[in-house]
Amino acid sequence: MTLVADLSVFGDALTFAVDHSDLLWDKTVEHVALSAASVGIALVIALPLGVLLGHVHRFSWIAISVANVGRALPTLAVIAVLLVFMPIGSSVVAIALVVLAVPPILTNAYVGVSEVDQETVEAARGMGMSEWQILRRVELPLATPLLFAGIRTAVVYVVASATIAAIAGGGGLGEIIVNQAGYRIEGVIAASLLVSVLAFAADAAVAGVQWLVTPKPLRGRHAEDATLVTDAGEAHLSV
Amino acid sequence: MTGFVGQSGPVIPNFGEASSCIQENRLFCPDWVRDNWAPVLQPALLQHVKLVVIAVAIGFVIALGAALLAYRHRRLEAPIGVLAAFLYTIPSLALFQLLVPVTGLTVSTVEVALISYTLLILFRNMVAGLRSAPQDVLEAARGMGMSRSQILRRVELPLALPSIMAGLRIATVSTIALATVAAFVIPQGLGYPIFLALREFFKTELIVTAVLAVGLALVADGLLLAAERALTPWARARRTA
Repeated sequence: MTLVADLSVFGDALTFAVDHSDLLWDKTVEHVALSAASVGIALVIALPLGVLLGHVHRFSWIAISVANVGRALPTLAVIAVLLVFMPIGSSVVAIALVVLAVPPILTNAYVGVSEVDQETVEAARGMGMSEWQILRRVELPLATPLLFAGIRTAVVYVVASATIAAIAGGGGLGEIIVNQAGYRIEGVIAASLLVSVLAFAADAAVAGVQWLVTPKPLRGRHAEDATLVTDAGEAHLSV
Repeated sequence: MTGFVGQSGPVIPNFGEASSCIQENRLFCPDWVRDNWAPVLQPALLQHVKLVVIAVAIGFVIALGAALLAYRHRRLEAPIGVLAAFLYTIPSLALFQLLVPVTGLTVSTVEVALISYTLLILFRNMVAGLRSAPQDVLEAARGMGMSRSQILRRVELPLALPSIMAGLRIATVSTIALATVAAFVIPQGLGYPIFLALREFFKTELIVTAVLAVGLALVADGLLLAAERALTPWARARRTA
């Protein structure tokens, strides 16, 4: 391993951040807006579909194949194919980010709702609850950990991918990172640090929302037990 | 040098002596693929496979060591998990760039980043798999006079195999996707032809390379699934039952 170890760059990056705080702020706002819009659209598409499929316990192959194909999609490849059909600009980037955000949300919503204990659902049905009430008051609250695991995966993924998507003209912090010729290494490092912080902040923000919407008695439960592996050895989640 | 887009470079492909399909930049030109398979696409594909195999292999060894440690000493599980999740959350392009001052524009930079992304998935699945051995099975093994290392090798690890293989599949497929980002740092892997094609928006190259990247991931997934089934014949009996 060749060690260059020119660590003074990190100090220069700090100077860059101080000198160009306006630029970094603007790019951060762009980055957040682009990511939020993309996740928002993906939620509108994927959440109702995943929850519905989970509620009726059918078409599991859709949820599983969407997850498998979604994992295999490189951001760069999605952008490459989109740029064949569309001009460079933020709409290409937004579509690419939505495509990348849908699979984790959809699959986790499906798994979360479909794996709610069936005896609990039957009990609710026996109490005379309508299907809508069962969904709203039984299945969704119990599926919250997995639903949010999917959303968190998607959010982190989108914030990261938006960086790469800058090559297709989406703006954001990636615009600095992919343009070392313009911003020099200290700018690239400063933007890289900032986008990393942004990923953690976004993850924490979604975790905060999860805590708020989780009914009090269910708080503190984690999705981890339910994740990763089922009997068939089919992995459902990426995080 | 990073940031290929926006820089002027050699015009690729050379429009001067190309077929009309290439000159007009139509959707798909089979003649370009034929002519460029050996000089461009095949090397990129092989480099990509190499990047991924090295990353997953090293990641697997590190994760297995960490998982065995966390399995023996339960209080280590949370800190290791948090560290792996921390690495996993850093955006890939940012991590590549942050490593450049340390390891330079080299394959090491790419491998360190790719390895760090495999750890979380592999570690979690390994620990979950090791934990999946039922208590009475462990009791029985102990009752038969097996030592701790015998139990690990002959009972716990085989029972963990489906979970470990599932983790290996996810890690491999996502590393194949992530390795395209390596082209931001070094001119290697399937991301590089995409970069070249982006200069001219050369459609055939964009499409073919994207298809190769996704195809590689799906093929790797299929191969690992086949390996998983071959390694765990007992699970098949359960599946069909």
